[in-house]
Amino acid sequence: MRFFEYEAREIVKRAGIPVTDFGFTTDAAQARAIAERIGGPTVIKSQVLTGGRMKAGGVKFADTPEEAARHAADILELEINGHMPRGVLVDPKANVKQEYYAGVVWDGTAKKPVILFSDMGGIDIEQVAEEHPDHVGRVHLSNLMPISDHKAKECIAQTGVTGKALQRLTPIVRRLAQLFVDNDMVLAEINPLCEMHDGTFVALDAHMDMESEARGRHKQLLKDLGVGDDETRLAREPTPFELAGEEVDGSDHRGVAGNVTEFDGNIGLVIGAGGGSLTLFDAVRAHGGEPANYCEIGGNPSVQKTCGLAKLVLTKPGVDKIAVMMSIVSNTRVDIVARGVIKACLELGFDPAEKIAIFRIPGAWEEEGFKILAKYGIEYADRSVSMHEAARRAVAKIAGPDAVAV
Amino acid sequence: MRTDGVFIGIEVDDAALAAEPGLARHLDTVCPVDIYKEVGDGGLEIVERNVDECVLCRLCLDLAQLDVGQDAVRVLKLYDGGATLE
Repeated sequence: MRFFEYEAREIVKRAGIPVTDFGFTTDAAQARAIAERIGGPTVIKSQVLTGGRMKAGGVKFADTPEEAARHAADILELEINGHMPRGVLVDPKANVKQEYYAGVVWDGTAKKPVILFSDMGGIDIEQVAEEHPDHVGRVHLSNLMPISDHKAKECIAQTGVTGKALQRLTPIVRRLAQLFVDNDMVLAEINPLCEMHDGTFVALDAHMDMESEARGRHKQLLKDLGVGDDETRLAREPTPFELAGEEVDGSDHRGVAGNVTEFDGNIGLVIGAGGGSLTLFDAVRAHGGEPANYCEIGGNPSVQKTCGLAKLVLTKPGVDKIAVMMSIVSNTRVDIVARGVIKACLELGFDPAEKIAIFRIPGAWEEEGFKILAKYGIEYADRSVSMHEAARRAVAKIAGPDAVAV
Repeated sequence: MRTDGVFIGIEVDDAALAAEPGLARHLDTVCPVDIYKEVGDGGLEIVERNVDECVLCRLCLDLAQLDVGQDAVRVLKLYDGGATLE
């Protein structure tokens, strides 16, 4: 769950990291009052959960409070990438000597948080890592041991920062790492982290992304920030297709058959099982396929619910066939899923053997499931066929053999 | 009475229902996917939309055996040549 910049800065401030004397408002007159309080040139920044603010005119500089109010009024009306601003952040224009980058992200491969630091701040860290890899420090953190200044210092020092700057940056980066862990973040980033001409450091912009499943553990923080329970903070509004998926999933309490995400491809996916959906989605793409959707089946949904999901995918424009694939299932029954997807075909007037490109779900009740599939002439695969091989077959059958990436 | 879905067929012996008024209520209670519904006093309806939800748990078969001492209920696997669930 992403935070607006003004919220992220508040989180940073609470962690003991210096920030500027900024103010947030939804009102141009109040923006003027904040600028007056700051008492100098200011920056007016649109508060939207999307990038490209500067290019879109969502960041403007003001020399006077009157100018700040005018810019705020303009920015409050400015839509950026389909997002209307939550408000504006009024910030003192900083007298910056050097910009740094500090971030902590979750390294899914190492299964540990990793601190990233660069002495080239103000630009995307991905760009720095690609063009100037020697300017990016990386240090993994333990999931068990307390976070120490030493780890932060080690990371900063990798970029060649020494002396007073190193001493002053170390507690800031350590606090950022602590903030990341304490708040169940998946991203905690300060960019730029600025060294001012007087030698002090201040966080001029921050990005925070909290693990959505952890919202319940941080109710007080979210309440303090004014984040409503109904705010999903998704990157974009759900499409009608995705809303229909939610409706299918909500139609019956049994199991999950939903969590649908729409894509532009032509391979309809009915997938799931404890991470299997992500693996299969990636496998389809790795084999050159273009999925029409992502979804999740699990926890033994009813026949009717599975049927509803399969019908939704089958009727998506551009989808000709579906691939029904899961990892080895234990608490979801193969025969129930088989009944659901076949029923979807039949109710839509389709031949299941024609519309189901492959059915690869081994596990509980597979003997009954395979009997059902055999009756309808559907190609099915047991556990001797890997998920990657099943994905390859699905791509070959749906997109054609020439589409399969080697 | 008999009701078929796409995959499952359910057959209940009408004579057994008439002989044992409690059977309908017991079937209504025991089925985890609500295939049976008691109607009126001892009457039974097989809920067609739920027939294909049958999880082959055999609870209705065991219950009928206890109530009337015979195979008053049959669950048929239509995808398997109409094989009876034993």
